[in-house]
Amino acid sequence: MNTTTSLSASTDVNTPTESARTRKARNRIRPSVGGIIAQLILLIYAVIALFPIFLIIINSFKAKKYIFGEPFAVPTPATFDLIGYKTVLERANFGVYFMNSLIVTVAALLLTLLIGSMAAFALSEYDFKGNTLLALYLSIGIMIPIRLGTVGILKLMVSLNLVNTLVGLILVYIAQALPLTIFILSAFMRQVPKELKDAARIDGANEYQIYRMIIPLVRPAVGAIGIFTMIPIWNDLWFPLILAPSSSTATITLGVQQFLGQFVSDWNAVLASLTLAMIPILVIYLIFSSQMIRSITSGALK
Amino acid sequence: MYERKKFPSHILVFLAPAVIIYTIFMVYPLLNSLRMSFYTVTPDHREVFAGLDNYVNLFTNDIFAPRFWGALKNNFIFFAIHMVVQNSIALMLAALVANEHRRGANFYRTIYFMPTVLSVVIIGFIWNLILNPLWGVSKSILDVVHLGSLYQPWLGLAATALPTVALISVWQFIGIPLVLFYAALIAIPEELMEAATVDGATGWGVFWRIKFPLILPTVGIVSILTFVGNFNAFDLIYTMKGANAGPDYATDIMGTFFYRTFFGQQLQLGDPSMGATVAAMMFLIILTGVLLYMFVWQRRVQTFEM
Repeated sequence: MNTTTSLSASTDVNTPTESARTRKARNRIRPSVGGIIAQLILLIYAVIALFPIFLIIINSFKAKKYIFGEPFAVPTPATFDLIGYKTVLERANFGVYFMNSLIVTVAALLLTLLIGSMAAFALSEYDFKGNTLLALYLSIGIMIPIRLGTVGILKLMVSLNLVNTLVGLILVYIAQALPLTIFILSAFMRQVPKELKDAARIDGANEYQIYRMIIPLVRPAVGAIGIFTMIPIWNDLWFPLILAPSSSTATITLGVQQFLGQFVSDWNAVLASLTLAMIPILVIYLIFSSQMIRSITSGALK
Repeated sequence: MYERKKFPSHILVFLAPAVIIYTIFMVYPLLNSLRMSFYTVTPDHREVFAGLDNYVNLFTNDIFAPRFWGALKNNFIFFAIHMVVQNSIALMLAALVANEHRRGANFYRTIYFMPTVLSVVIIGFIWNLILNPLWGVSKSILDVVHLGSLYQPWLGLAATALPTVALISVWQFIGIPLVLFYAALIAIPEELMEAATVDGATGWGVFWRIKFPLILPTVGIVSILTFVGNFNAFDLIYTMKGANAGPDYATDIMGTFFYRTFFGQQLQLGDPSMGATVAAMMFLIILTGVLLYMFVWQRRVQTFEM
């Protein structure tokens, strides 16, 4: 495989899918046994993927008696009960945790995009000495997980007085997200036609203005970056647990983990908190899913 | 055009923030952690050079060695289950989805990826509840297909806990290999398949003789991503089985062993040097995998393609 040349921007996806559609239309003239079996397998797996999530959500709205008595029934007026949600809202600090996660993820995302796009621009635009070596250095982090440096990171955070702060988490997450972000963004930036930049240079634009001109053109890459760097940050348990476990800095993932540990025998509260933790992510995912998956399938990571 | 001038300042401005943050918070701690695996910390917090003592300790000491070899073995089993179950099911589903109507394809892709975006903590608790004998839903589900008698508290039994946790991880992360396979499959030029169909090849034959060799690069990427992800895994087992990875360390993998060694557990104090040593072993294992992938697999696939 050729890692650099097979990278392509998001526009060429349609062609293969389009032709797949015509092929399918042709095949459908005679509905085959194979086609029906294929549909059946796809449906069965869809049920396997969704059913556990569905089961938790429906039971979170039921009284305890019915969680155990009729676990597969959807809630009806007779079985409906919000007691779990009441417990969660009274006992857990989910508001604080949620804000912490939001601050950490958004700050890490914005800073990673800014810093990463600057570096990606320099690496893809200029032919300076050491370019390849620097690109290699920055891409080590794609394959070597940052967790392996945890002993050193904790030591560093202690000496910088950044333990139990959101700033510490944000810095680690930027370092974690930069390698892949730079890799994806520089692949997209190489697609931008050279003529465009040269024309701007002739018009007297300086290099910083050229950078600002390029940024809107690589927006399709943000979907892939979102899915591969931001979701892992939002969902991370390791660094919040080690670097910022205090109750004022806990993220939602750590908060849910600790809450569930304490309330493990209160089924209503457990089901309700799981549902509360899932809903925002699922809603965001459903809104952006087509864009996220399109930017992966467009070849940003091939 | 810049060659004869001194290094242009705007390039430095563009590169400096990324290089500095990445170096300080990723590369330096990693190197420092590797260095610490050759030192011990005395009770008055001085670091003393210890040579390979920590490694000898890890491989032979009665406290560390059984746990280390156990975690290593479990981690390979964990990885093998992902390779066999996760990646083959993902390949099959991706092939089926790639054959679908565009609308259907979007629908299935969206659903199959859904568990992947949820946090491991949520997934772990969901399955803890579903497999809990108290709730009994998994037995009821098995009863529907008349297999209820097979139900066991799989998570609690030493023989089945590790495969069970691995399959839950497969269930969650199958979306990643699936989209990568799917992307590779829809990128294959239609004419290739048409030519084969004209030549009388069946769907099965077309897949294995034409499509599969063409997506071999993706098979490699998926394998190395699975390898790195598995040898770095921690969250799911910590959530479902705690840091002690019970029952009786049956689900202990390198990540949980690292956490316990670094932070301590019940009667044993945490030990940064030994923690760094475990991390260094994880680093070596992952690095070996990555290098094998880059220099053996990629080179082979390249010659194969030409």
